[in-house]
Amino acid sequence: MTRELWKGNEAIAEAAIRAGLEAYFGYPITPQTEILEYLSRRMPELGRAFVQAEAELGAINMVYGAACAGVRVMSTSSSPGVSLMMEGLSYIAGTELPAVLVNVMRGGPGLGNIAPAQSDYNQAVHGGGHGDYKPIVLAPASVQEAIDLMVLSFDLAEKYRSICMVILDGSIGQMMEPAQMPEMKPIRRADWEWATDGRMGKRERRILTSIYLDPIEEETTNLRILSRWKAVQANEVRYKEYFLDDAEFVIVGFGTAGRVALSAVRAARQQGIRVGLLRPITVSPFPFEVIDKLAEHASAFLVTEMNAGQMLDDVRLAVRGRTPIEFYGRPGGVVPFPDEILSEVQRIAAGPLSIVSDPRDAWYERMMATAR
Amino acid sequence: MQKEIIIAGFGGQGVLFGGQVLTYAAMDAGKEVTWFPSYGPEMRGGTANCTVVIADEEIGSPLVKNPPLAIALNLPSFDKYEELLAPGGTLIVNQSMVDRQAKRKDIHVIFVACNDIAEELGNKKLLNMVAVGALLTALPEITMKDVERVLEAHLPARHKHLLPLNCEALKRGFEAANKVPA
Repeated sequence: MTRELWKGNEAIAEAAIRAGLEAYFGYPITPQTEILEYLSRRMPELGRAFVQAEAELGAINMVYGAACAGVRVMSTSSSPGVSLMMEGLSYIAGTELPAVLVNVMRGGPGLGNIAPAQSDYNQAVHGGGHGDYKPIVLAPASVQEAIDLMVLSFDLAEKYRSICMVILDGSIGQMMEPAQMPEMKPIRRADWEWATDGRMGKRERRILTSIYLDPIEEETTNLRILSRWKAVQANEVRYKEYFLDDAEFVIVGFGTAGRVALSAVRAARQQGIRVGLLRPITVSPFPFEVIDKLAEHASAFLVTEMNAGQMLDDVRLAVRGRTPIEFYGRPGGVVPFPDEILSEVQRIAAGPLSIVSDPRDAWYERMMATAR
Repeated sequence: MQKEIIIAGFGGQGVLFGGQVLTYAAMDAGKEVTWFPSYGPEMRGGTANCTVVIADEEIGSPLVKNPPLAIALNLPSFDKYEELLAPGGTLIVNQSMVDRQAKRKDIHVIFVACNDIAEELGNKKLLNMVAVGALLTALPEITMKDVERVLEAHLPARHKHLLPLNCEALKRGFEAANKVPA
């Protein structure tokens, strides 16, 4: 296979097609519009369904309907648009359907801006729609990884009858990198035992619903959703390690913040600082166990994010107060440069560090001091 | 090996395509490479820029604060990147669009009259290729031949007839930059 130069958003669209995407519903919003634009051309060419909905609310409910029929379906949007989809997402979760949603995140809250951000981590991983459910959330850091994870997202969604979200920041959507596309897979509709795809008078009626008026029945449904989630946690944790073998200090960062940290790690290594990087690829399920193990030997952790400290809370949960944690974030659509993270690493290596101070409070104080 | 290049200018000066040409050339040479555009409202008039990172191994940050190489196609870009360039770096400046000399002494500033050369060739849109040609004097990892092959393969079909002129523009830029005393 030869490498071709792909723009992140277009690569995501083509990868979804090659993974067997049969129906797409969406609404334009920067910085993900190229996905919709690309699919508006390619999907009709292939005889597949493309609908630009009247709004995000319509799009996600069209996804809901197509998912009920058992077809490979996805929508894509960016932060404010994804917020609009949360009700539909909860219904999809409650109905136990596979669906894929891509969020090319931008600066927020509110209308915010169109710059790259990671401030929807909590919405994707911990929050989102109402009710007890957890989506699988994948966080690519490059165009190639975005392609690979798009293909994986459909398989995971179907395997666990779950929502699979792919979250990336606007920079990965907009940048170009050499990448290899997978082979085109034919459209294949699995014979799902749950799909409401027309019984043709041949079999029992199937009912897909998120309404369980009897609380005991709803509780049973919740526990069934949880049992699938436990399997996801056991089987699907993915991450990438860099220079961790002898690392005294460990940076944890996902997506673009993770790859910017890689530049800082290399620069720090040249100065003799033994620092490594853990880059979660699945942020849900989160790699708690690997961080738990790293906490046994690391002198300190540095969490880097393009937000005000969201994944930070998950790292703290894994470290459980055994080792100092420091935080460096740039919220609002600012992408950090490697030298910013490098100076954090230098500060940490110089010590001393407190195990009791709140890493977010300490970071906030440093940010305010710089601003003054 | 890792080299970072920023190309900046007005929207419409071919900043993004200039960067893509380098990106394709690096990819075809078997390198890792990223191309990162400014994608904000500046695309609709005003300034545009793109960052190209070329490396032998997995690339970390696709953005760089102090690049060793840059092209400034207009005065605001000259002002901005003369300040930001890494010490010892090379800045190609489009002399046709600036009215001042360089201030820094610790970088190489190479003035090339990109607009004038492009107009001599009969198409002012070629100015980005003149600048890219000039940059190649400071980027030995990519040869003129590499870039010519890229243009042949990736020039949009409607512009294919401009291939010889594009190659000529590259050459003229390279020669102009080589003539500037270091």
